[in-house]
Amino acid sequence: MTTEAHVQHPNYVKVWAILVALLIVSVLGSMSHIREVVLIAAFGVALVKAYMVAKNFMHVNVEKRWVPYLLIMCLLFVAILFAGVAPDVMKHSGLHWTKNPADQSVPSAAGAATKNE
Amino acid sequence: MSASAKPISNTRSVTGIPTARLITWWVIASEIVIFGGLLASYIMHRIAHPEWAESASHTLTWAGALNTFVLLTSSLFAVLAHKAADAHDGPKAAKLLRLTALGGLIFLCIKGYEWTLDIREGFVLSSGGFWSFYYTLAGLHGLHVLAGMIILLIVAADAAKNQELQRVECIGLYWHFVDIVWIFLFPLLYIAR
Repeated sequence: MTTEAHVQHPNYVKVWAILVALLIVSVLGSMSHIREVVLIAAFGVALVKAYMVAKNFMHVNVEKRWVPYLLIMCLLFVAILFAGVAPDVMKHSGLHWTKNPADQSVPSAAGAATKNE
Repeated sequence: MSASAKPISNTRSVTGIPTARLITWWVIASEIVIFGGLLASYIMHRIAHPEWAESASHTLTWAGALNTFVLLTSSLFAVLAHKAADAHDGPKAAKLLRLTALGGLIFLCIKGYEWTLDIREGFVLSSGGFWSFYYTLAGLHGLHVLAGMIILLIVAADAAKNQELQRVECIGLYWHFVDIVWIFLFPLLYIAR
């Protein structure tokens, strides 16, 4: 049994050349000292490259429709994880709470030890 | 071997997709959650710890960029192998799959060189939060590259005899996914400082 030809093969070398050009853009952009330029060069270009690989090399666009739905659903799970956990990780304090309660318990423990002496 | 004696993964396509390819997509879906979870965790910790930028400045951007080039090129070979398999040219597909595996080997050699330098400078897994993520993310990705290389060589051995050519596309899909993961690891670990 051989593979079924379910895709029209584009010019892959051309796609690869564009991907390499984008890689060069991201490396050159990273040398900039402007934060916005670095971020766009790094992550904006990465998104474009990933899209090009998924579309042209993995042929997600000509796959059955539920395949991209499946992949997007998994990405949504990751987004939910991020949204649920990020506030605890990224914020240091909030309403009636502060982060690192262990740090606070150390001085009080030390204070208690002093009092006992 | 007659077509009727083939494993069900090669002959059935209830969903409109050959079952082997369907399984590959499910593997990729589960890998999205695994790598996505790790990357999300890294991103939120990185934002919470701006001081990690100093640690990140010790990574070798040229090595990361070279590895990106190597993986992009190996992905080109993988998709050209798929094209050759579609044209029922098994020997050509096998040759291209072996070139893809060679790309994986070069990637791991560069990674090994890079890690050797990092460790000699004293940056190990326990050197701090950034380095824990760095070694975990790159290490897990490296294991996927290694596993992909082994499967590529197994598929290439069959393809050379014009057998099981449908597997060429499946291993190609996996390899492209590993490439996409690196596309995101490169800016996160090497560029964002």
